[in-house]
Amino acid sequence: MKILVAVKRVIDYNVRIRVLPDGSGVETDNVKMSMNPFDEIAVEEAIRLKEAGTASEVVAVSIGPARSQETIRTALAFGCDRGIHVQTEQPPEPLAVAKLLAGVVAAEEPGLVILGKQAIDDDSNQTGQMLAALLGWPQGTFASELVIGDGVFDVTREIDGGLETISINAPAIVTTDLRLNEPRYPSLPGIMKAKSKPIEAKTPADYSVDVAPRLETVTVAEPPPRPPGRMLESAAELVQILREEKGVL
Amino acid sequence: MAVLVVAETDGANLPRGTLATITAALAIDPEVDVLVLDEQVDDASEAASGIVGVRSVIKASGPGLAGNLAENLAPAVVETAKDYGYVLAPAGTWGKNLMPRVAAMLDVQQISDITGIVDGDTFIRPIYAGNALATVRSRDPVKVITVRGTAFAVAEAPGGSATITDGPEVAAHDIARFVKRELSQSDRPELAAARIVISGGRGMGSGENFQLLDQLADKLGAAVGASRAAVDAGYVPNDFQVGQTGKVVAPELYIAVGISGAIQHLAGMKDSKVIVAINKDQEAPIFQVADYGLVGDLFKIVPEIADAL
Repeated sequence: MKILVAVKRVIDYNVRIRVLPDGSGVETDNVKMSMNPFDEIAVEEAIRLKEAGTASEVVAVSIGPARSQETIRTALAFGCDRGIHVQTEQPPEPLAVAKLLAGVVAAEEPGLVILGKQAIDDDSNQTGQMLAALLGWPQGTFASELVIGDGVFDVTREIDGGLETISINAPAIVTTDLRLNEPRYPSLPGIMKAKSKPIEAKTPADYSVDVAPRLETVTVAEPPPRPPGRMLESAAELVQILREEKGVL
Repeated sequence: MAVLVVAETDGANLPRGTLATITAALAIDPEVDVLVLDEQVDDASEAASGIVGVRSVIKASGPGLAGNLAENLAPAVVETAKDYGYVLAPAGTWGKNLMPRVAAMLDVQQISDITGIVDGDTFIRPIYAGNALATVRSRDPVKVITVRGTAFAVAEAPGGSATITDGPEVAAHDIARFVKRELSQSDRPELAAARIVISGGRGMGSGENFQLLDQLADKLGAAVGASRAAVDAGYVPNDFQVGQTGKVVAPELYIAVGISGAIQHLAGMKDSKVIVAINKDQEAPIFQVADYGLVGDLFKIVPEIADAL
């Protein structure tokens, strides 16, 4: 079985976001970029399936500006076999990404596509579900466990009240939640090997997909600040304030 | 343009998120209909018809309702959506799973997790874990939107008198099958709906130590949550998680115990009305969002709070 994993280049999760003064977005110049953490989990899961002999080949695909290639290289250093880069000027919206991925799926015919459940930049949480819809495939979203059976995948999903298990037919879409696995660090030999692995360069036109945005960003603003807090001396003082001044107890 | 609210329901119980979504819907347009897709569709429709402001309740039927699978529900939503300008659902895991599938079938770009409505085309949503707020304008003819439950007031219920009409027949597709659901058992209020939330972080040191928070929560009628660090350390299950990648809460009182205040945690609780932080490190970032801080040993302070109540 071939596995396709989708990876996105985002601002590193440790970076403190700065909103641009003109309200057009957030500062990305000279800011550390990394693979979206949920996509690392997707890559790790695919590599484990390859190591277990379940997957024959793992292909990493990224959609975005030229430097998304760095993120594909990271996926190759993890152990993915080859990469596909669909180059766009701006990071496209989830619907366009899903359409491009559907094009990649049509060409590659994987048995399983694993994606992060959301990217930590736009926090949309849409692409996997949209890809499943476009392909007419079942979806195992927010997975914390994935068991590969004969033509079926049993997916344990993180839902609001606890856990849910569904059984979905191959081919299928799985999106990762935090507890699915703990991604490894790429090894030095892995990083060296990644340099010679192939990355295929594609454009949206290759898949006949219109990536023009449907949403116009009117403005990006800082959230309103909270008023400064007070340090208290004792638990008794806290209880008194919460009870008498704030009336929340 | 009329609004269709796709209701997350639990039998006759309407979660807070659904009631908040109806408030958001009414802010867009006074004509609001509710589509009910619950397994116990009769009870759920009855409950939905009592929400103040709802025009009519559309009751789905059919074998595809069992198991709550997006593969079965999405086509029914798409079929119903053709008469509407907006399709809204609460942004819990239920809505997050279902609505993008609906949006892609309708060929529209969903607007996720809105916290504000500017006008009929323009909405506010948090990005970067709530460290920025984006105002976006949609050009799609139908707007598919998920709504952050904590950002809107709860619609009143009961008191409404919506008519109940028969809706789409939901077929069961065999590509996906429901196996089981294991819900966490708790007598405490749900995290997303609780008036008071007490969360523990890595500073709790172990899962057993969460009993300390349980005892305080029982005294206050509070829900217990956790930071991602505490979940990652295996102290508590993931459905306790408050943050960018877990649940977003905005209770009247949020007590953060042994939580340093990583950006991703703050994203899930910084809209709480009153925030209290207890941490041994006075430099911990959690104190920057806290209204009240106590620096010291949580194993001493938490029992002191319980005693002072």
